[in-house]
Amino acid sequence: MGVVASLKQKLFRWQSDGTAPLRLGQRRIFIIPTRGGLLYALALIVMLLGAINYMLALGHALVFLLAGLGITGMVHTFRNLYGLVITPGRCAAVFAGEMAHFQLTLGNDRPTARLALELEAEPGQLVITAVDSEKSTKISIPISAEKRGWLDLPRVRLSSRYPLGLFVAWSYLQPAMRCLVYPRPHHSPLPAPVAMPASGEQNGDGGQEDFAGFRARQPADSPRHVAWKASARDTGERPLLVKQFAGGAQVEMQLDWTLIDPALSPESRLSILAGWVISAEAAGCSYGLRLPNQEIPRHAGAAQQRRCLEALALFQV
Amino acid sequence: MSTPAHLALDHGAAPWLFAAALATIAPHFLYQPIWLSAFAGLMLFWGGWLWWQNLHLPNRWLLMLLVIAGSAGIFIEFRTLFGREAGVAMLVMFMAMKLLEVKSQRDAMVVVTLGYFLLLTHFFNSQSIPTGLWLLTAMWIVTATLVRLHGGPASSLRATLRYAGLLSAQAIPFMLVLYLLFPRIAGPLWGLPQDAHSGQTGLSDTMSPGSIAHLAQSSEIAFRVRFDGEIPAKDKLYWRGPVMENFDGTTWRPFPGRYAAEQLEAISPPISYETTLEAHNQRWLLALEAPSGLPAEIGLNGTLTVATRQAINTRQRFRLSASLDYRFNTSENPAVLRRNLSLPAGQNQQTQALAIGWRESEKTPEAIIQKALTLFASEFFYTLRPPLLGENGVDQFLFQTKRGFCEHYAAAFVVLMRHAGIPARVVGGYQGGERNPIDGYLVIRQSDAHAWTEVWLEGRGWVRVDPTAAVSPARIETGIANALPDGADLPAFMQVRSEWLRTLRYRWEAVNNAWNQQVLGYDPKRQREFLSRLGLTDTDWRSMATVLGLCCSLLLAVITAWTLYQRPDQDPAMRLWHKALRQLARRQVNCASWESPLALARRVQHERPELAEPFNQVVAAYLLARYGKNNNDLKSLRTAIAQLP
Repeated sequence: MGVVASLKQKLFRWQSDGTAPLRLGQRRIFIIPTRGGLLYALALIVMLLGAINYMLALGHALVFLLAGLGITGMVHTFRNLYGLVITPGRCAAVFAGEMAHFQLTLGNDRPTARLALELEAEPGQLVITAVDSEKSTKISIPISAEKRGWLDLPRVRLSSRYPLGLFVAWSYLQPAMRCLVYPRPHHSPLPAPVAMPASGEQNGDGGQEDFAGFRARQPADSPRHVAWKASARDTGERPLLVKQFAGGAQVEMQLDWTLIDPALSPESRLSILAGWVISAEAAGCSYGLRLPNQEIPRHAGAAQQRRCLEALALFQV
Repeated sequence: MSTPAHLALDHGAAPWLFAAALATIAPHFLYQPIWLSAFAGLMLFWGGWLWWQNLHLPNRWLLMLLVIAGSAGIFIEFRTLFGREAGVAMLVMFMAMKLLEVKSQRDAMVVVTLGYFLLLTHFFNSQSIPTGLWLLTAMWIVTATLVRLHGGPASSLRATLRYAGLLSAQAIPFMLVLYLLFPRIAGPLWGLPQDAHSGQTGLSDTMSPGSIAHLAQSSEIAFRVRFDGEIPAKDKLYWRGPVMENFDGTTWRPFPGRYAAEQLEAISPPISYETTLEAHNQRWLLALEAPSGLPAEIGLNGTLTVATRQAINTRQRFRLSASLDYRFNTSENPAVLRRNLSLPAGQNQQTQALAIGWRESEKTPEAIIQKALTLFASEFFYTLRPPLLGENGVDQFLFQTKRGFCEHYAAAFVVLMRHAGIPARVVGGYQGGERNPIDGYLVIRQSDAHAWTEVWLEGRGWVRVDPTAAVSPARIETGIANALPDGADLPAFMQVRSEWLRTLRYRWEAVNNAWNQQVLGYDPKRQREFLSRLGLTDTDWRSMATVLGLCCSLLLAVITAWTLYQRPDQDPAMRLWHKALRQLARRQVNCASWESPLALARRVQHERPELAEPFNQVVAAYLLARYGKNNNDLKSLRTAIAQLP
């Protein structure tokens, strides 16, 4: 596999240098007959034999015309990609488990439209698009983001069978594009607030003041919050219950790596932290994030959320 | 089995498939049995209706049942499922049925390929110019279908058709090169099925009353002749076909046995000509009497008829020559002479009595022949619609009806001669012909079919006697159109008296002849001639393949370059702007690629104030011409540029 891959690499120069924008030249475009093209060729051979056998002069002419059509079809399929200008766009950050959408702009400076361009980055995930004459089209290539961290745009296969479908021309694109993937958020109750707002007429313990009910314990819950009495009343195998408190209005929180059960895997802890960041932002809290090697001071707002999530996404375990 | 979304056929592509199917099937309706045409039409209509109503395609089992029913019908009709005609019928049926199960792109590709294949099968029936043109159109439609299938619904009908036209037009140079240079192989490669050449008309090898009259009503061309010199007089133009010696009372047939070789003595110098024979499925060649100097592959069959080894079932060209005056078999085998005196016993007794009377009263055979011809000249009529004859047909004809076409006269004359003791036989063929003034070819049609006779005379051999000439000299001297009274049952084309219509017909036939000779007649032999004219003598397939490969590569390079070439920006305002920039560059002001016209204007103002005033005007005019509402502000831009120092 490794040998084949490196051979392919050498043979076809699949890796583009990633500089943008990229204009497809003939060295980047490959072309072979499709299955339909082979059927067509087979039909032509049979037709030629028929024309020879029955001595049909116009039969010869028809076969030769169709052979010429196949050849011009090949040139035009090649042309459909040739000279296409690909400009990488941006890619908004996503959470793991979502689809990342890499944006590319396909530019056509020819006075004829380019139809039926197919882009495929992951097997089966096909984007079909067209670019009008002297126009450009923005497309986004969906890639499923599995893991947090940087997600590089994999090699994209840009192919086309237009106009006749007898040949398929393709090119491999690899613009230097990457997408930040945040950890998959695990939604769990927020930890206890640590501080009152500066201008606080807030109640003493913030989110631990007003008892709001019980709920099932989740791994992120501190053992201090377990309602041991209520849990003891339950027979059966129901999980432990924790007391739930409604926090005060403008609370401050420190989302700390150490607050989470160290028995959990680091990725799960990051997931829980990501969930906290989202919940804290949604609740309008001011929050800070503390990781083993990094600390983000308390703040609120979209920028803070992005900062925290970025830190989580790129955290090196 | 569901199809992935991107491979499924989009709804808008279906009408294209129907159009392609109709264009390729429709001409077959002319030749296919009516029930099959109706069946195919019904299937197409059904498919179209399902599409229109957006309904589900029929069940596979139902389709299977229909295919079996259709195949059974074809088997009953043709007694086979293979062979040429049954095969074409099957293809037509498959094409019509396939549209009822097209779900994916791949099915659609099968329909298109089948469509291209069906185009070829039309040439079994006709290779004329109109057929060629129609099939070119059909090929265009099928190609447009292919473009539409792969381009999706984005492109309009017009754009799709135009693109398909462009592709087809670019394919034409390849077709020409391949047509001329692809090594031609003389067919057939394998045995042709029995029905390969059915349905061709022409002179038959038997003659009975009415057989030639029937043929004479067809305006189809039998063969065309180009003489190297002048065309001989019309009454010398006897194109000899089968010689018929055996008579059973109604029908004349050739003697089935073998003959000794002819002894032929040419009196006049030979004149040479080239004949292009339409397929007639017989072995004889219809050469001008008397043929001489034949090519090696053809020969005389003992009765002065030129014959080939195989029946002529495609249009073929031969170079022949003829001596118009000749002596043929002055010493004839007695068995042959006996055969040419025999008649069925007990028939046509009135005729027999007449002939015996002549033999007693006249001294020489020549006088007896003259007697018969005088009889025909005096009381008989030449007509395409003679009364029907029963038993003792010759008696009836000679003594009662006295109206007949050439076969009646030939038959009656031979019967008279044989009763009078002169060996005589019937010769079938064509007589005369019409010169096309456009290309100088002599055109011989089925309506020129004729029957005449030969008598054997001591010391002179077989001598041609044409009794029709006695009845109607005009038939021989000017042709059938002038020999028959007005309003006779002639084909419509012969009744045309209008001069320009006649010219039009000559033109059309000359074009057809050129098509037949130059295009359809391009065979291995012609190809060798063509190549040797290019300087490629003694070509084998390897050198031909080299030349072909070179030509095709060159063409491919030209077409690729032409197709990929990026035409320069055609926007006139932009062009003028670049001209202005070049003028500016001469004054050491260079526009950076990122600089907008206004930024450049500001820089010019700052760096070269003396240029600012005229250049500002250029910028203003340019912006107006390129971005303004009114697109024809180019004039002011031009004036502004002209005023640049």
